[in-house]
Amino acid sequence: MNSPVSTLHGGHGGHEHGHDAGANTVLGFWIYLMSDCLIFAILFATFGVLSTSYAGGPSGRELFDLPYVAGETLLLLVSSFTFGVAMLSMQARRTDNVIILLLVTFLLGTGFIWMEVHEFAHLIAEGAGPDRSAFLSAYFVLVGTHGLHVTVGLLWLAVMMHQIARYGLDGIVRRRLSCLSLFWHFLDLVWICVFTFVYLRGVL
Amino acid sequence: MHDGGHDAAHGSLTSYAVGFLLSLLLTAGSFGAVMSGAVPHAMILPAIVVLAVTQLLVQLILFLHLGSAPDQRSNTVIFLLTGMLIVIIVAGSLWVMHNANVNMMPMQMSVERALAKN
Repeated sequence: MNSPVSTLHGGHGGHEHGHDAGANTVLGFWIYLMSDCLIFAILFATFGVLSTSYAGGPSGRELFDLPYVAGETLLLLVSSFTFGVAMLSMQARRTDNVIILLLVTFLLGTGFIWMEVHEFAHLIAEGAGPDRSAFLSAYFVLVGTHGLHVTVGLLWLAVMMHQIARYGLDGIVRRRLSCLSLFWHFLDLVWICVFTFVYLRGVL
Repeated sequence: MHDGGHDAAHGSLTSYAVGFLLSLLLTAGSFGAVMSGAVPHAMILPAIVVLAVTQLLVQLILFLHLGSAPDQRSNTVIFLLTGMLIVIIVAGSLWVMHNANVNMMPMQMSVERALAKN
């Protein structure tokens, strides 16, 4: 790696150079995630304040279907695990394995979003849409923002599967995958707070 | 050559499997505490909060690889600072709005009735 040739080519694709820039990129992405964390903190605080403002409408106890939420939770948790294993395959440079595991992650994430859209549609059809009460507005904004993040993650996953197939696991692709894995695990962390403080606390 | 150090920051199959199993157990514990009715009602909320915080820690350490290792230290410090901001935002909002609600005059009560109560 430190041969004169690679030093000469350090400007474009030199491995050491790429690694340092990569570490900075991942750190920068982590800082972005922490600011995203603050968005969720504000939405959780809003939900907490409005969690009993039913305006005569239905409460969480009447609306939330816990076994269904447990199903969503399981999908997201398993997808977090398969992404972790995909990252291990990436370190082992097993390109095909990475693509297969990312595809599994993608399908699990799609299942999660499908269930969530179904749940939202069901609530709105029951007359418990975001315009029914402050509680439901806060609920739809908080859970919807999380769902939007997962949807963006799915889009990113699809792009990364294409890039791995086209360019292989080069430095840039691995750096992007590292960022996406942080993003995906982070969304599972947010979901832990959602199912605890929105759904479970909502039916108490 | 630098990949040795890099791999350490990404965990192993064992750490992912342990994290996954612990998360499954903690999630099952949370849902079980609420759905089974086996836990006394006053204890349910503290129980699910403790289970959630434990699961957050498990995933932060085993999935996001936060820790005190030199290459993780800056991530960890940034996370701790963010955690502090989150506690201030969430606890502060809830506290302020709780006090506002407690001290607010009920909408059904007229000024005369409110004055008569004192």
